Amino acid sequence: MLDASEGYTTEDGRKIGGVVMEMKNITLRFGGVVAIKDISFDIRQGEIRAIIGPNGAGKSSMLNVISGFYHPQEGEVWYQGTRRPPMKPYQVAQQGIARTFQNIALFEGMTVLDNVMTGRMRQMKAGLFAQAIWKGRAEREEVANREVVEKVIDFLEIQHIRKTPVGRLPYGLKKRVELARALAAEPSILLLDEPMAGMNVEEKEDMSRFILDVNDEFGTTIALIEHDMGVVMDLSDRVVVMDYGKKIGDGTPDEVRNNQDVIDAYLGVAHD
Amino acid sequence: MFCREAGDFKTSYEQDNQTFPIKFDRYRYYAVLVAAFAVVPFFINDYWVNAVFLPFLIYSIAAIGLNILVGYCGQVSLGTGGFMAVGAYASYKLMTAFPEVSIFFHVILAGGVTSIVCVLFGLPSLRIKGFYLAVATLAAQFFLVWLFNRVGWFYNYSASGQITAPERSVFGVAITGAANPPWSAYLFCLVFTVAAAIIARNLTRGTVGRKWMAIRDMDIAAEIIGVNPLKAKLTAFAVSGFFVGISGALFFAVYLGAVEVGEAFGINKSFLVLFMVIIGGLGSIFGSFAGAAFLVLLPVLLKNTLVGGLGWPTDLAAHLEFIIVGALIIIFLIAEPHGLAQLWRVAKEKLRLWPFPH
Repeated sequence: MLDASEGYTTEDGRKIGGVVMEMKNITLRFGGVVAIKDISFDIRQGEIRAIIGPNGAGKSSMLNVISGFYHPQEGEVWYQGTRRPPMKPYQVAQQGIARTFQNIALFEGMTVLDNVMTGRMRQMKAGLFAQAIWKGRAEREEVANREVVEKVIDFLEIQHIRKTPVGRLPYGLKKRVELARALAAEPSILLLDEPMAGMNVEEKEDMSRFILDVNDEFGTTIALIEHDMGVVMDLSDRVVVMDYGKKIGDGTPDEVRNNQDVIDAYLGVAHD
Repeated sequence: MFCREAGDFKTSYEQDNQTFPIKFDRYRYYAVLVAAFAVVPFFINDYWVNAVFLPFLIYSIAAIGLNILVGYCGQVSLGTGGFMAVGAYASYKLMTAFPEVSIFFHVILAGGVTSIVCVLFGLPSLRIKGFYLAVATLAAQFFLVWLFNRVGWFYNYSASGQITAPERSVFGVAITGAANPPWSAYLFCLVFTVAAAIIARNLTRGTVGRKWMAIRDMDIAAEIIGVNPLKAKLTAFAVSGFFVGISGALFFAVYLGAVEVGEAFGINKSFLVLFMVIIGGLGSIFGSFAGAAFLVLLPVLLKNTLVGGLGWPTDLAAHLEFIIVGALIIIFLIAEPHGLAQLWRVAKEKLRLWPFPH
């Protein structure tokens, strides 16, 4: 078992800290189907951690376990040094784990600004009566959080659509707004479920740049699922490879690329 | 006039968060308020108060309450009539039990009681959604009306089964009862309507409102983002119940004076308020007013033009009124499914650029 205090240095010289989240022997079943089978891995402070695998490998299920949407039958989730009891998704979010979705899950009826402001829910604590009066605590809090949100909006270059209802935006921008909403929460772990699905090359490049910038400027720990191998190998510091619910590889992109099991899973094996 | 935003810049987020960010709108709002408080009371008579102003103000409060639940939080409710009855009966019991306390507090407390009842009937919303929730709230409607009809304690065992508002006054001016001057009832309701609108606006522009809208737009995503669905839905029921209860109390005590529950707070009332919200615009405070105005004023207007203006027989006019109001509702909903509020927004957007197409 890795020592939580121990870190490592990436190729490009970024210091990666101790373990933030550790999955220990996670097994998740849906009836008779085993979606995840005895998987263990860790996510470290400040790193970009990728989970890859062919279709149906259980990547999204893994992310859903982390965000508290599924509860594994076996295994433990350790977060910031303590074992996490089974909790509701909103409690997980309040602990500082934010995520985006494979199929965009924005609030279509609200403006971009309101959508990103929902990300600040964890930090906004004014009660019902304070908000009914508005002047005073609620307004101060709103303005203070608005400033943080505006920074995120600025960072992701979506200032011009601030007051546009999300329903009117094109796909690529929606993905960016969703990232903004997750970022506004100032999460300790940011989970990205296929951030580049369905994008063209330019949009992918933009998104990759944002992911790297987020990690670089805010030091946010990122766990992402992605199908585009080129993107994954370029972005991530360490990669977990899954196939049919099992972990078949774990390590730096180079290690994973040369792992025979991984090559077999992706290219198929000759049956003779 | 059409380019009202020109030269109107904001330098702080406080200014950007205002209810009326455009100067012209803000002054118009102040002007309406001044007119409503300081001008109208001097010119109204009994007819105007009872046919136009009181129903408009009271239904506006109910529509705001229901709009918070249906339009902002996405929880369909058909129990508005029942919840208004709770407000009415709560205010009646309070008025008769504590005659020395001002009616102002009775009305607010009646809102509080309704709020609790509404939360109780809102509990199923955690498990059921959409049409099924509507049916569950329909049960509340029938149950509450039955309860107030059957249990004598609620109507103080009066022989008729009706409740009658005792005479009460504020600052020495009669508000309820037969002898009140028209302007006192009007002002009393106006205070509540304005307060309800301001509170609703404050709640919906802040965190609470965003939580409600998140639940409405996509409840699963809302939960993963950190919204506690239980709390968000129940606060919506509570706030909605508070406003609906106040409107029920005012409807009984100030507007009607005497109430038979099945007649005044039947299922018709639930639908009427729901139509106001849908026609006015879901998720809009202005829409609540527009919807209430549409459904309260249009029949009055039609009646006056048909009977008073054209001299038609009253019964013919009454029937035609149903047809015209019904047809107008359909036409409006086809033209703009998002209600009068959206129509207003689109019109403003178009006028901004007029006469240029882009």
